[in-house]
Amino acid sequence: MPSACSPRSRRSSLLPRRSSAPPVEKTPGIPSLEAVDLRCVRGERTLFESLSFALKGGELLRIGGPNGSGKTSLLRIACGLLEPDRGEVRWGGESVRRLKEEFWARLLYLGHANALKDDLTAAENLEVACTLAGLVADGGRVGEALRSLGLAGCENLPARVLSQGQRRRVALARLALGGGTPLWVLDEPFTALDAAAIECVQDLIGGHVSRGGGVIYTTHYEASIGAAVSRRIDLTGSAT
Amino acid sequence: MIAALRCVIFRDLLLAARRNSDVLTVMLFFVIVVSLFPLGIGPEPKLLRTVAPGVLWVAALLASMLALNRMFAADHADGTLEQMMLGATPLGLVVAAKVFAHWLVTGLPLVLISPVLAIQFDLPRELFGVLVLSLALGTPVLSLIGAIGAALTLGLRGAGALLSLLVLPLYVPVLIIGAGAADAAASGLGGNAQLLLLGAMLIFAGAFAPWAAAAALRISVE
Amino acid sequence: MSVNWFKYSSPQTFFPLAGRLALGFGALALVACAIGLYLGFFVAPTDAQQGESYRIIFIHVPAAWMSMFLYVVMAFWAGLGLAFNTRLSGMMASAIAPTGALFTFIALWTGSFWGKPTWGTWWVWDARLTSELILLFLYFGFMALQAAIDDPRRADKAGALLALVGVVNVPIIYFSVKWWNTLHQGASVSLTKSPTMATTMLTAMLIMTFGFWFYGIAAVLLRARCIMLERERGSDWAAQYARGYARTAA
Repeated sequence: MPSACSPRSRRSSLLPRRSSAPPVEKTPGIPSLEAVDLRCVRGERTLFESLSFALKGGELLRIGGPNGSGKTSLLRIACGLLEPDRGEVRWGGESVRRLKEEFWARLLYLGHANALKDDLTAAENLEVACTLAGLVADGGRVGEALRSLGLAGCENLPARVLSQGQRRRVALARLALGGGTPLWVLDEPFTALDAAAIECVQDLIGGHVSRGGGVIYTTHYEASIGAAVSRRIDLTGSAT
Repeated sequence: MIAALRCVIFRDLLLAARRNSDVLTVMLFFVIVVSLFPLGIGPEPKLLRTVAPGVLWVAALLASMLALNRMFAADHADGTLEQMMLGATPLGLVVAAKVFAHWLVTGLPLVLISPVLAIQFDLPRELFGVLVLSLALGTPVLSLIGAIGAALTLGLRGAGALLSLLVLPLYVPVLIIGAGAADAAASGLGGNAQLLLLGAMLIFAGAFAPWAAAAALRISVE
Repeated sequence: MSVNWFKYSSPQTFFPLAGRLALGFGALALVACAIGLYLGFFVAPTDAQQGESYRIIFIHVPAAWMSMFLYVVMAFWAGLGLAFNTRLSGMMASAIAPTGALFTFIALWTGSFWGKPTWGTWWVWDARLTSELILLFLYFGFMALQAAIDDPRRADKAGALLALVGVVNVPIIYFSVKWWNTLHQGASVSLTKSPTMATTMLTAMLIMTFGFWFYGIAAVLLRARCIMLERERGSDWAAQYARGYARTAA
């Protein structure tokens, strides 16, 4: 359902034109992401202890639990942003904190924050986000991605004037371009979305999993995503 | 990777262009502070001529420090910084690109406007070149060192004052050498030694500061 | 024979050792300082140029040496903590900072006392005094940064990075200040110059240095014990110690 947007601002010419970058190769089968014996302490509370899981290509993993149970911390540990108090996260057998860029080039992370700059237009934001992540992002594909999430007509509006839901959709538009990154880590992807957008995102996630990618996500919304292997870990929020 | 770095620089410049109050504020601060000194120490021309390089350098240093907060704080607040940390480009290079863009927006204007302010102090025309060159070499060093401080104090209460406390002691050598260049030129010794030292500091800072700032960013975001 | 280097790398085992070491070094410090001060103030000969007022260097110079030495030690522990991710190293670095700052302040204050009878002013922009002033700011910066961060792990790591950046800059700062000083003050005699030092003077200064060093070790270890108790207050050994302490105090 396209929103009522009308193009007003001029498209900027300061962003470099991407034309010569090679496409990101599609890895046939992804190495597995393993979490081994993770322990996370925030402040005085131990959020979780001895947590282990593995994720291979084509698998969907949902992290559940009440507010404050450490879901976001777990996702950040899985990405390598946060160091666990014990244990480690491995990608293809090697610690992600040692792999760094090699791992991050294979990762697409969507946090609570939309990572949008208010003063850039939706299209510029998406272009910048993709370039930084190493994804191919030429003008045509960017427009297509935004339209697929119902943002037709909003491409040249500064993010400042978009609604909460529209901003979330701009952030999620990266998923439409992120087919080449095998691992997706999504923190509450369905927040602030309407029914049509939710369906769209569910399709994107389901499509990615069926193509052999792996997705870890948290949500309070009971999503129905078709996937071959779908698992769930629930954090209780109070470790012994 | 080069494309990503170019993208970072263009993005920062674009953001500064669309919200140019930040740039102008820093420049105005520089001009006002420089104008405060004669008001404080008296308008005697000979005195002003002697203190001109030092005053301009201290004012540039303070203006540069004022602008440090905007280097990472905005990106940290809206989540863009995390995306940069999880990107395919090494964070050290991204930080170097951001510092470069930051200097273009806050440091370069100071360098360009300094001759005009030097006229206010009746600085002899021959010294203009040394002064501008010393600022041109020194302000990037200030931005690089300041980046480390900005990264360490990311998101803290009272970050502004704390940042000054952390960064000013580290600025001292740059200030001494930088202001000393014009002074040496004024006394007839020529400022070449100081300028070369500033160049060396720039290379040293350029090689190490981005990585130290990147490490500090990872610590601050945890 | 293999030495278990890591036996004392956990707060639990290091805590009692630190207590015993602190006691021992504290006693040694008292003795050394007593001897040093006696030698310095009563035995060492009167200086030809400066009379009796020069005797303050027996406190000033060892304090200055200690302030710089402790900064390097602090940076060492900080680097160790960053490299090996050990909790105790970070605690040691945090414990050293206040003592280092204290020695820096003493050096500055006694430098002032020296300046007044010698130069007639309470402060002179001498190379060493100016460097000590900047070192004091570096210490304060470290302590302020750690105080501003709530999470102790982030505070340790951030402080460690700052200390390492600082330790690289300290020689640069020192040489640039020295250069600045010689340029602007020309051939005037500096506080650091002491053409001939009688053996007694040198001995007294060395003994005072050791005295300050032992005091530094004792103070740092005691402070480290406090930090250990505070950080590990959730653990069993700390609770046990607190209970035992409360029982004896009651």
